Amino acid sequence: MQPAPLIAFAHVGKSFDGGRGAGPVLAVDDVSLEVAEGEFLAIVGGSGSGKTTLLRLANRLIEADSGRITVEGEDVSTVDSVALRRRIGYVFQSGGLFPHFSVAGNIGITPKLSGTPAAAISTRVDELLDLVRLDRAQYRDRFPHELSGGERQRVGVARALAAKPKIVLMDEPFGALDPLTRDALGNDYRALHVKLGLTTVMITHDMTEAILLADRIAVMRAGRLLAQGTPAQLSKNTDVYVGELLRTPRRQAERLNALLPRDGAA
Amino acid sequence: MNLFSDSRWSEALSHLPDYLGNHVRVSIAALTLGLVIALPLAVAARHRPLLRGALLGLAGIVQTVPGLALLALFYPLLLALASLSLAWFGFGFSAFGFLPAVLALALYSMLPVLRNTITGLDGVDAAIVEAAEGVGMTPRQSLWQVELPLALPVMMAGIRTAAVWVIGTATLSTPIGQTSLGNYIFGGLQTQNWVFVLFGCLSAAVLALAVDQLLALIETGLRRRSRLRVALGGIGIAALVAATLVPAMGRSQVGYVVGAKTFAEQYVLSALLAQRLRAAGLSATTREGLGSSVIYDALVSGDIDVYVDYSGTLWANQFHHSDIPPRRQLLQALQETLAQRRVTLLGELGFENAYALVMPKKRAEALGIRSIADLAAHAGTLSIAGDYEFFSRPEWAGLQNAYGLTFRSQRQMQPDFMYAAVASGEVDLIAGYTSDGLIAKYDLTVLDDPKRAIPPYDAIVLLAPKREGDQALRAALQPLLGKIDIAAMREANLRAAGGDGASSPEAVARWLWERIGRQ
Repeated sequence: MQPAPLIAFAHVGKSFDGGRGAGPVLAVDDVSLEVAEGEFLAIVGGSGSGKTTLLRLANRLIEADSGRITVEGEDVSTVDSVALRRRIGYVFQSGGLFPHFSVAGNIGITPKLSGTPAAAISTRVDELLDLVRLDRAQYRDRFPHELSGGERQRVGVARALAAKPKIVLMDEPFGALDPLTRDALGNDYRALHVKLGLTTVMITHDMTEAILLADRIAVMRAGRLLAQGTPAQLSKNTDVYVGELLRTPRRQAERLNALLPRDGAA
Repeated sequence: MNLFSDSRWSEALSHLPDYLGNHVRVSIAALTLGLVIALPLAVAARHRPLLRGALLGLAGIVQTVPGLALLALFYPLLLALASLSLAWFGFGFSAFGFLPAVLALALYSMLPVLRNTITGLDGVDAAIVEAAEGVGMTPRQSLWQVELPLALPVMMAGIRTAAVWVIGTATLSTPIGQTSLGNYIFGGLQTQNWVFVLFGCLSAAVLALAVDQLLALIETGLRRRSRLRVALGGIGIAALVAATLVPAMGRSQVGYVVGAKTFAEQYVLSALLAQRLRAAGLSATTREGLGSSVIYDALVSGDIDVYVDYSGTLWANQFHHSDIPPRRQLLQALQETLAQRRVTLLGELGFENAYALVMPKKRAEALGIRSIADLAAHAGTLSIAGDYEFFSRPEWAGLQNAYGLTFRSQRQMQPDFMYAAVASGEVDLIAGYTSDGLIAKYDLTVLDDPKRAIPPYDAIVLLAPKREGDQALRAALQPLLGKIDIAAMREANLRAAGGDGASSPEAVARWLWERIGRQ
């Protein structure tokens, strides 16, 4: 028998006010999806597909209109939303760091909110800086505007991990980074996911990134879940859009192979 | 002569600790109150468009009310509240000076604080606010730890604007009895002491700039996250407040307060009364530039102890009589009315300062006008000017009715400019004051009032109810009663308008005392 999923969406729906005159817009439409403990799930879709809304429903940054969402077996609508968010790590699109807090202040915020003593927070911040491979002495007291994009996102990951969550939600965490930084950070995070035994749900519009990092991939389009499964399972899917999404990385890889000499620098 | 060797500079300087201290205290209190009210309102309004529109609209309307009018409106409002509170709860409070000034200025300070706080909070990046929620902050934690700190630079800019407005507008609190740097300006305008006017404007401007710069230091400190700047600015503000509080604590609160209305004669007389009290070993201060209706209420409530009023003014304006009995009878009736309110009419000074219609002697002769009755036939072609009060006073209505006067136009003017205006032909006649020395100086003539439409205006000394049985006060002022004749007062008034070192109210009061002594 399969273990109970850590996160489960059952027939979840959410619509937003479409603005003046327009009717409500269905952002998430009857989505059912389960994430097993220790799994790395990527949700792939274009803009407006509802993937970010689905992620935010999990820690109640947005409240669902219909359906049921459970985290660690508990219906999220019955638990305190603030407490829920403190035990789920969240990495924001462009870091979402507080500009008036130092790196240490940003990383330590969630433990601080929960009343962890200052000394313990300080130790934890140093551990986390090591974990995301930033030099303690050099980065501790810097402010976000003094960091590069990659460094900021490393701090964002460290902040999400500060309260030792089992679950980490990531909203296009590496989307705005240059390709080298992106690759390095993706690999580093995947290693952390394994090392810490995390359960990760990552939003991305990039199928290549999803295939390289995730165990399983869910594809969304216009609020609906089109398909889910391992890359191998997905490649057998008959949906045209899913097929197109999967073929693109392969075609790019083949063209790259053809264009780059085998014995070159790459 | 060196501009700064003028003795009026040193006299102005000697008032500075008192005026500046009061000015800073009333400004800081008003600003603090304004912030305490406006900041929570702005925070509450940020997600409520309706409340927000209402608040900004209301604050905007308050802003369009002229500062002087706003200050003046609070006085009767508080007076009514004070009497209600006395009736219901058994205690009253002073509706005079500090309280109305603080309330009106606080109201005045609210618009920039409201607007900038709302704008500042709106301007915080939505992604940052969402991140605050995402890391597990409650709405309150998000507000205090993220939104307010990030909005603070914009909020500080609003607080700076409010501070400069309040410090500037506080100069207008003099007429409602709050001592401020406005005392230089109002007093200087009345006695044509331009040194005082200049001194008042400069010191208010310097104070506003200093506070603005200190707040700017805090603002840039917040923007650049420099604790040093914030601390320096904070220390500067604290030092300023401390410096103005220390003399206030050292000063004894007992002592007599002599009130004065808004014109030169009153400044001279209040200085004279205060000098006599000090000569008798009593401590005395003056409270100048009080509005005509404010000053009587201030006496009744004990905010001032003594001042000089005019019988006709009280009769017609304060007690709303439309009949005009002969001089002695009016004084007798007035004394009885005042006694019912436990105000003591100590006695008359010996001269009258009546309203009178005044025009150039030559012009009057040319037109064959000797009395107001002669004037009626010409009134339709003539223009008249009066002080700010005159045309709304019952005496004016009485005069119009008695003689059937309708002028081509009527204008309001600063009293000191009226005489020059009529002498130069700018207006044809003015409602002047019989005790004014300028009547002789400009070769003007006072028109007779055969129908006695203008009541008598004997200068009388009034004592506050709490000084009813004060023998020391009575004894100190007794030598003045009946001793100042119209000639002495006219000359004193002319000296006060002299515009040099010898024309300060203090100096003229000393001269007047010497003259009384010679008689």
